[in-house]
Amino acid sequence: MTVAAASTADTDVVVVDGLTKTFPGPPAVTALHPCTFSIRRGDYTAITGASGSGKTTLLSLLGLLDTPSAGRYLLDGIDVAGLDDRERSAVRAHRIGFVFQAFHLVGYRTVIDNVELGLLYQGVPKGQRQRRALDVIEQVGLSHRRHARCTTLSGGEKQRVAIARTLVRDPALVLCDEPTGNLDSTTTQQILELLDSLHRSGMTIVVITHDPVIAAGAPRQLTISDGVLTERQPTHATQH
Amino acid sequence: MRRNTDATQRSILRIRDALAEALSVIAQRPVRTLLTALGTILGVGAFVTTTGLAETARAQVSSRFDALRATEVRVQDAAPDGTNPFPVDVDERLEQLNGVNHAGLTFAIPDNGTIQARNTATRPTGTTTPIPVIAATPGAIDASLPTMAAGRNYDQWHQQRGEHVALLGRVAADQLGITRIDHQPVVFLADTPYTIIGILDDVRRNPDLLLAITIPTTSADAQFDTRSVERNVIIDTAPGAAQLIGTQAPLALRPQQPERLQSLVPPDPKTLRNQVEGDVQSLFYALSALALLIGAVAITNATLLNIIERRPEIGLRRALGARRTHITAQITLEAALTGIIAGTIGAILGIAAVTAVAVTRTWTPTIAPAVLLAAPLIGVLTGALAGLIPALKASRTPPADTLRG
Repeated sequence: MTVAAASTADTDVVVVDGLTKTFPGPPAVTALHPCTFSIRRGDYTAITGASGSGKTTLLSLLGLLDTPSAGRYLLDGIDVAGLDDRERSAVRAHRIGFVFQAFHLVGYRTVIDNVELGLLYQGVPKGQRQRRALDVIEQVGLSHRRHARCTTLSGGEKQRVAIARTLVRDPALVLCDEPTGNLDSTTTQQILELLDSLHRSGMTIVVITHDPVIAAGAPRQLTISDGVLTERQPTHATQH
Repeated sequence: MRRNTDATQRSILRIRDALAEALSVIAQRPVRTLLTALGTILGVGAFVTTTGLAETARAQVSSRFDALRATEVRVQDAAPDGTNPFPVDVDERLEQLNGVNHAGLTFAIPDNGTIQARNTATRPTGTTTPIPVIAATPGAIDASLPTMAAGRNYDQWHQQRGEHVALLGRVAADQLGITRIDHQPVVFLADTPYTIIGILDDVRRNPDLLLAITIPTTSADAQFDTRSVERNVIIDTAPGAAQLIGTQAPLALRPQQPERLQSLVPPDPKTLRNQVEGDVQSLFYALSALALLIGAVAITNATLLNIIERRPEIGLRRALGARRTHITAQITLEAALTGIIAGTIGAILGIAAVTAVAVTRTWTPTIAPAVLLAAPLIGVLTGALAGLIPALKASRTPPADTLRG
């Protein structure tokens, strides 16, 4: 199943062609059937699906946290499907940002430490890391909490720190896995507004969610069910 | 389209940053770090303590062996056949040897009940506690390192002429009720009077002299049946000369048949010291190694538990671009730094323990500086080796698995 013909236009950040993931058994399980789609630079895309539908597998493949069983994947013009671990780490360090449902902050470190962590493996010197971290912390409205330990933050604040940690890297692609899954409705709205503002500033964002209401906020929506990806409101991708 | 990543965009972890990250983990969790380090603290502490105690004890062992035992040589008949194997001029022959301070012949005079030492001409009736009689040349008495309570030792003049003179040991003098010699008291041995010319207050060798009446060997040979007595020669040597004198004495005393005489020399102080040190230190090192092994297992175990707990953090670092080698390096570095801390604390505790033991026993605490320098090194090696397996395990953590939920 393909969603759209893969293109290699310069405007495409993600170009996926026949990307497949099968977990070896026995019995072997195909978590993601061959899919083909592309995401343009600056797109805000939601991928929805029920629990166990394969959306996290797709996110892991897009984020180079896992390797595909088959298919081709161009990220920001780089053919990443066949890279070794060292090269994949380099791509993750410089081109991909993650926002997780569980925030994944280092609890015993401060806000600024956690945001700086986003630049650690880019080899950015300490002073520069600190300056850039303070900038994005201000951008997400947490300057007053910059020296607070992350264990003392509220859920909304934690997710802002996680978003700041991604922002500071200036990635080509931001992957959000259920970014509001652990938040109340008010905080959810604040986080969605923050993501929306990032999108408006030109960032390429993919949000994976099981919540159709959150997905509705994205201009483009893909749906995944039993490992099969389909386009709900095709914009620049068409279902075959 | 690019096949590979831009060469300038690599995943990099600077050494400074790796160190800072490791230090941060340790600093943020001091209690956990201390608990992790506990085994190594004990191991290194045991190493420093045992090495320090061995060093401290070495000084004591040395001083005691060198002081007395290492300067005493005895020569005895190797094949007793009822004859006297020693010449009459034992003292002169031996004191000519370089390294001999004093030397002489001594033997106990067998008492079949006829001697009955006493200070009156009349034999007492009934049973009295017999006072032993010892024959000794003046050199033998000098070799016993005596302290005189009164009078003096007899000399070669008395010895050569077989004069009836005697020395009393302090205990024997008490038994005989003799406390002064200025009125020339006598003691009767088998009715023969012997003039007491000195009272021994103490001796550092041959404590039997304190219990006995000592007379020249020539007087004893003339008066008593001494043919079958067991004679031996005692020699007081200069420090370090005992081994050499032990080989020279039989030749000097009986050049025509030196094998008839047997020298009893103390163990070579150096050999003995090394042997003692070797035995003690081998045991101590074995205990230290065991403690360190336990420490290493503790660090491995604690680090394994730690990385299980930190799986999400490790996954996050991988998601942020850390390579497997970066994870391995960081975890190993954390364990190594924990080891340094453990080594340093262990060394401090070791010094305290050695000092406490030494002060209690009024010894001088001695610890080689190299041991103190080695302690953190042992700690860091233990930590790094112990942390390596968990670090490799951590680096193989699949990031996708750890970041779900």
